[in-house]
Amino acid sequence: MEKFIWAFIVGGIICVIGQILMDGFRLTPAHTMCTLVVTGAVLSGLGLYQPLVKLAGAGATVPISSFGNSLLKGAMLEAQRSGIIGVLTGIFEVTSAGVSAAIIFGFLASVVFRPKG
Amino acid sequence: MPAKNDKLTPEQKKYQEFAKARETKRPIVKNCFRAFWVGGLICTLGQAISVFFVKYFNFTEENAGNPTSAVLILLSVILTGLGVYDHIAQYAGAGTAVPITGFANTVASAAIEHKSEGYVLGVGGNMFKIAGPVIAFGVVSAFAVAIIKLTLKAMGVI
Repeated sequence: MEKFIWAFIVGGIICVIGQILMDGFRLTPAHTMCTLVVTGAVLSGLGLYQPLVKLAGAGATVPISSFGNSLLKGAMLEAQRSGIIGVLTGIFEVTSAGVSAAIIFGFLASVVFRPKG
Repeated sequence: MPAKNDKLTPEQKKYQEFAKARETKRPIVKNCFRAFWVGGLICTLGQAISVFFVKYFNFTEENAGNPTSAVLILLSVILTGLGVYDHIAQYAGAGTAVPITGFANTVASAAIEHKSEGYVLGVGGNMFKIAGPVIAFGVVSAFAVAIIKLTLKAMGVI
């Protein structure tokens, strides 16, 4: 139960940071998402993102910043296993589910639905 | 952005001030509050889905993230197709853009929007219009961080 509360709080705070980037710094949603992804990768490199995942679960893994974290995690894991080339082969290892799902469901949606307005 | 205004003619400067005075002020505090509770709720839903997968489908807490993102993405794509997600996004701003559902929304909405241009150039060519930069910057930054980390490790610093 405790984890649900942390997920709500941490997830909410990351979204507030995104909102501040959008409203305060006048970034477009695409710029905001890029900023958060890069921040996620850097925090992950400093070893600060994993503790956040441990604390907040989905509160840290659902926001887009976890995309940067997962990219780095996959790259480092595979680099440990198969050397430097693992950075290239492993970078999508953890995030593959999300990217593939977005492509597949997105494509299917374009077949099923019609544009509105 | 004051640095950009240096090269403007007085006329243009006047216009900029004119436009700025008439621009609607963004209610940042209200928007942040909305982003907080909607974004928090989406993450809580994600937590519930991952607990469900751990409990009933023998996933570990580590790898439950994969099916969880897939379910959230599916939900988001369906809501996008039905035109509901955009209404929520209008209310919640970053609260719906920052979670993975926002990523899926950008892919699905671009795919649906450009359907009329054909499946190859329209759907295939445009689906990553907004999501593409996110992937590109994510991969490049993760690559840079990974190389730095591996170099430091090889030198025995960490």
